[in-house]
Amino acid sequence: MSVTTDCADYEMLLHALADGELDAGHVRDVETHVAGCTACAERLKAIQTLRSAMADANLREPAPAHLRGRIEALFPAATEAPRAASIPQEGPVRRWWRSFIGGFSVGAALSAAATAMLVIGLFTTSQDQQIADEVVSAHIRSLQAGHLMDVQTSDQHTVKPWFNGKVDVAPPVIDLTAQGFTLLGGRLDYIDGEPVASVIYQRRKHVINLFVAQRLGTARTTVLTKTIQGYNVRHWTEQGLDFWAVSDLAGDELDEFVQKISAALRPPAAS
Amino acid sequence: MASDATAEQDRARRFRDAALPYLDDAYALARYLMRNSADAEDAVQECYLRALRHFDSYRGPAMKPWLLAILKNVCYAEFGRRGKQETPADLTDSDPVAEDPIWQEPQSTPEAVVLRKQDDATVRRLVEALPGPFREALVLREINDLSYQEIAEVAGVPVGTVMSRLARARAMLRAAWNAADGTAQAPARSAAQSAPSAAAATGSVS
Repeated sequence: MSVTTDCADYEMLLHALADGELDAGHVRDVETHVAGCTACAERLKAIQTLRSAMADANLREPAPAHLRGRIEALFPAATEAPRAASIPQEGPVRRWWRSFIGGFSVGAALSAAATAMLVIGLFTTSQDQQIADEVVSAHIRSLQAGHLMDVQTSDQHTVKPWFNGKVDVAPPVIDLTAQGFTLLGGRLDYIDGEPVASVIYQRRKHVINLFVAQRLGTARTTVLTKTIQGYNVRHWTEQGLDFWAVSDLAGDELDEFVQKISAALRPPAAS
Repeated sequence: MASDATAEQDRARRFRDAALPYLDDAYALARYLMRNSADAEDAVQECYLRALRHFDSYRGPAMKPWLLAILKNVCYAEFGRRGKQETPADLTDSDPVAEDPIWQEPQSTPEAVVLRKQDDATVRRLVEALPGPFREALVLREINDLSYQEIAEVAGVPVGTVMSRLARARAMLRAAWNAADGTAQAPARSAAQSAPSAAAATGSVS
């Protein structure tokens, strides 16, 4: 039964597709098969239904406060030491920041980012604050059904020309699929009243919007790190372009993304 | 001496900043592996102690899978230490049951696509009732949100094994899900013997 064998081969790939673990080539292959196979289409649907039912259920209770206390007590030295020693930005802004997003994620985002790049961090101009708010709103808007992409393709050579004539820059479109960030497509957005190119990537189920414009916020050679409404935001300037990356991805993974984009822009191969 | 102390403080602080954000993730995994909160708390505390001790060997970039790998070893070591009481005998991937091709199960009916409504507590119990390696893979994927590669690192198995465990875990969960009436006890099979495998309890830090 060649059909059955075929479907058996696709079983794992259906899960990988639902988990966002396939590269563009395999995605096309599996989707083609699913389009022509009712049984596999139903299997895929079943996997997706289960995944979303699990996502909807509250399956995770946070660590109890007394456990957190016990763990923190393991590092008395760290707790007592002046935080300013490792994070020079300690100050009113930082305190406000901490109370805003609460606790340790700032430290994590900072230390992770610091290993990758020097972080200027928390102190930003009010203009940057406003743009950061806007890119987060644009990101959230883009997640609503059907709003994510104007051009949907994993082919960088299709995405890049699509922006011609729509924005006044040629945004670099870098394929990082091999490095775990799948290129999904592109979208035209408006930030600060100007048309802005957004190149869309995905890691697992997390969407990353990378906004690119000629002038969008304060130019900075070091990465600005922010968290707004639970979304991580990174901003930096390279090759005369301002980049804003927004995602619900963990801070260290978004830093990795920024690093990869940044690295791809720098060598002679930069587009 | 003073500089040693400073270096030690600095190290502890770096570890704290890097590892503490994953406390909720660690607790969630421990909760599903140990299946009760007291043991989960002890396992998480032991995990952070070990992780701090081995922090010098940490090369990054991903702290979460590194930490969860240590936690998994702690949990399995605990089951190993308890020995027979917990009967950590387990379905492994070589178990004939696990080899059942999922695609032969009667899934290709419309009813198989639909899931009955279950409350959160029931779903948690169903996940807890999955046999060890399958529960571990599913929790790492759906609750800790790790990639296949990261799950492979934590579980210490190839990515292909992760994929087959996940497929199997989802098939078992789906079956138990639709069989559960929301009040029944331990609906999934093998609940009593699904503690993590003692065989894997090397306790070593990779």
